[in-house]
Order: sequence, then structure tokens, then C-alpha cells
Amino acid sequence: MARDGEQARAAAEAVARQSYGKLVAFLAARTGDVAGAEDALSDAFAAALVDWPQNGIPQSPQAWLLTAARRKIIDAARRRRSGEAAAGHLRLMVEEMEAASVNAGSIPDNRLALMFACAHPALDPGIRAPLILQTILGFDAAAIASAFLISPATMAQRLVRAKNKIRQAGIPLRVPERDELSDRLDAVLEAIYAIFAEGWSDPDGTDSRRRNLAEEGIWLGRLVVSLLPDEPEVLGLLALMLYADARRVARRNAQGDYVPLAEQDTGQWDASMIEEAEALLRSASAGGESGRYQLEAAVQSAHAVRRLTGRSDWAAIEQLYEILARATGSPVVTINRAVAAAEVHGPAAGLALLDTVAGDALLAEYQPYWAARAGLLARTGDVAAADEAYERAIGLESDPAVRRFLQQRRGELKQTPA
Amino acid sequence: MQYMLLIYSNEAGMQAASKTDAEQMMAAYGAYGEAMKKAGVIRGGERLRPSASATTVRVADGKSKVLNGPYAETKEQLGGYFTIDVPDLDTALTWAARCPGASHGVVEVRPLWPM
Repeated sequence: MARDGEQARAAAEAVARQSYGKLVAFLAARTGDVAGAEDALSDAFAAALVDWPQNGIPQSPQAWLLTAARRKIIDAARRRRSGEAAAGHLRLMVEEMEAASVNAGSIPDNRLALMFACAHPALDPGIRAPLILQTILGFDAAAIASAFLISPATMAQRLVRAKNKIRQAGIPLRVPERDELSDRLDAVLEAIYAIFAEGWSDPDGTDSRRRNLAEEGIWLGRLVVSLLPDEPEVLGLLALMLYADARRVARRNAQGDYVPLAEQDTGQWDASMIEEAEALLRSASAGGESGRYQLEAAVQSAHAVRRLTGRSDWAAIEQLYEILARATGSPVVTINRAVAAAEVHGPAAGLALLDTVAGDALLAEYQPYWAARAGLLARTGDVAAADEAYERAIGLESDPAVRRFLQQRRGELKQTPA
Repeated sequence: MQYMLLIYSNEAGMQAASKTDAEQMMAAYGAYGEAMKKAGVIRGGERLRPSASATTVRVADGKSKVLNGPYAETKEQLGGYFTIDVPDLDTALTWAARCPGASHGVVEVRPLWPM
């Protein structure tokens, strides 16, 4: 019995891992109620842990869970609604779900529709990535809160509010039509990239929850690629994440010190990830005009050539950032463009570009701006100005490894005669 | 699902509009209402007189207090509404975007609470 219990638990966990999001999406697509689908599914998992040790693990655990969850949803709906219309609505819902659970081997995959609902413009942008983590991957509010560095109570409340809005406002679980797909897809990709970036921003890899987020971001990227294989930006985003993740370990040396991209040991880059990214980027560019993610992935590709040629393709990087700067108007992109321009045309050209965004109030508190400025000033020999810029950068940095790196660079200023 | 489209606009701007502009706006609303009728989505809708004609009532301690003017003195005021019955929020938002009021003010989309 204890053994059976263990086996049942293992089986339930395996199903949860593989198909949690699929089951939530299937149920929610039919009721419009994400929270209700999650509740019903969690009840179904609890019921499985009681039933399976006694009656054995069913042949199709997914179908069993779906049937149990469906019953819970119908019970809940009966309690909430009454009247003829409700009865008719319920009957239709039951019939459709019955039909689906008969061929459980082919439970329709509504995860993409669920992602579009989670990234709907009617929801606050900040809650979209957490919602996807919860509904598609089954993360609990506490895990999401710790990854996004906010209190679990606040996160739980915001998730509940967002799911209420989906239900009450009637946000549909559907993949948008062709004419509005690209606008709406942006929000989905942005949320996935935010998930990846949260994990990526823990370079020491000490916080396993956040490191996992980078992997989950890639997993979601692969999922969207499998569901929308012809969308260039979807391929571009997955490529971008793979390029970045390929360099994960190279960002720190054996002593745990920060290693800037240009000085990373390319032997530590994951070659197979880079190759996969290159292939994705090639198929993406076959699709015509390039969007933001393709352009950013192309920048990564131009950095990745260093493993073959010994030097990043700075001319290509400068061009790509120029296009990106035009498309986004982002001063952050201009900083990157300035660094690339300095590699191609010398530090004065880079500084001239930095001057064009110097008036931006946000940049006054943006570490990379001051670090880029300091590096370029040092190269022009303006030690005093470089020293001042390094001080600003150091004061704004929160990562101790990067801070040490900047302090070291600042120290080197005084050693080299101008 | 039923939604109410609440049309807010700058009243001063509307009152300052030329006769031609006002006529054009009325014609646009006429066509919009007709389109909603043809699509079978409209459940109701009215235009409101300007907020200068509004009176606000509040009952406190059993006494009703009557105030001249709208509930909130904002530049953009509720000028009218439509109620529609459509499958989901996306469809409601599509109709809201077609509303002439969305081009000179804002249209708030709210689901009705089913009774």
C-alpha cells in the first residue's frame, strides 16, 4: 500500500509535469475560467492520490484527471448558476468534454490560446509573465514571487485579480486572427522573454529557482515554435534565448568574477545551442522583414562568430543596432550601438553616439550607460572623465561581481599613463 | 456576454465643433448604430445631455443632499452608452474601436453583471 501510494504519487507528478498546462488550457478554453480550471485540476490530482493506490494507475492518467476535473467544474457551475440557459450551457460543456476525454490520446492543445489570454492587452503587463508561469507550467504563487522578487502575498493577490479579470471581462482563450496576430503575439513573446530574463539575471546560478526560469523560458519558446512554426519572430526569440543561454557559464571565471562578453572564453560556449540558434535564425530570416527578436538574435550571432574567427563582427553589430534603434527608439539600444561603433570607427564615434542620448533622464541612473562611457573615455585617454564615469557606474551596480570588475577597470586607469 | 460601452469625451470640444463637424459626427453614430443592428449585437444605447444638465443626489443621515453638476468634474464626461451582446471581450473591443467616440474621446468597456 505504501509502495502503491508512492507509485501513484510518482505517476501523478509525471502527468502534472508533462501536461498540467495542457489540461488547464483545455478546461479553461471551455469555461473561460482559468482559476476554476486550476482549482478543479488540483482537486482531481488530490482525488488521484486517493484512488490510484487502491484501483491502480489508470491506463490514461490524463483522461482520468480530465474526467475528474470536469466533474468538479460541473459541480461548481451547478452551485453558481441556475435556470434554463445555464442548464443548456452546462449540457453543451459536458458533451464536449465527454467527447474529448473519450479520445484522451488527442486532447486538443489549447495552450497557445491560454497564453494569448494571459498576455491579453486588457491585463496589466507586469502580471502576464507570472500568469503564464502559473497556468502553463503550474508554478505556485510563492515560487513565482521569489523569482520576481516580490512578496508571495502580493503575487498571489495579483494573480487572483488577473484571473478574475479574465473570467469577468470575458477575455477569450483563442489564438487571434491573422490581422491582429502579430500585435498580440508581441505580448506573448515579451512575457516569455521576461521569464527567461528573470532567470538570466542570476549569473552566479546560485538561486536555483531563477536559473530554472531561464530554462522554462526556453521551454515555452520551444512550445510556441511548435505551435506557430511559421512565425519569424517566434523563431527569433527562441534563437535569442539559446544564444544567450549558450554563454551562461562563460559569464563568470573560476573565481566567480564577472567576464564581459568580449573577453569570454569561447570554448566555454555551448556549441550545440549556438548551432540550433543559427538554424532557427536562418529559417526566421526566410520569412521576410525582421522584427526585434530576430535583430537581437542576429546581434548574438555576430558575437558568436568570434568562436570561429576570433573576432565579433562589429560592423554587422553596429548596423543591426542602428536598425533596432530606429525601430524601438530605445536609448538602451543606442548605448549598445555606441559600443559597436567604437569598435568599428574608434572611441570618439562611440562617445558621439552616447552624447545623443545623454539628456535622457533614465540613463542618469543606468549603469551600462556610465560603464560604456567610462570605457570609451578611457580609450580616448581622458582619465579624469573616465574615472568619474566609472564612479557613477560602480555606485549604480547591484551585482557584486560586476562591481568588482568595474572597480578593477577604474584602478587600471591610474596605472596606464595617459 | 453583455458589455456596456461608455463613451467619454471632451464636452467643450464637442460644443465648439462646427455645424458640419457635428452633422458628420451624428451621421457617423447613425451608421455605427445601424451596423450594430445589422450584426445583431446591439441591446440598447442612449445619448446623454451635457454634464451641465446633471444633478447629483446623495442620501446621508436620512436626508437627501442635492448638488448641481456631475459626480466628478473631469474634462472628459460620460456622453452616452451602448449595451451590446457579443461572445467575448475581443469582439466587444472591436465594436468599441469602431465607435466614433473612440476617435475623439475614450470608450470604456465594462461587462454587465449577469442577474
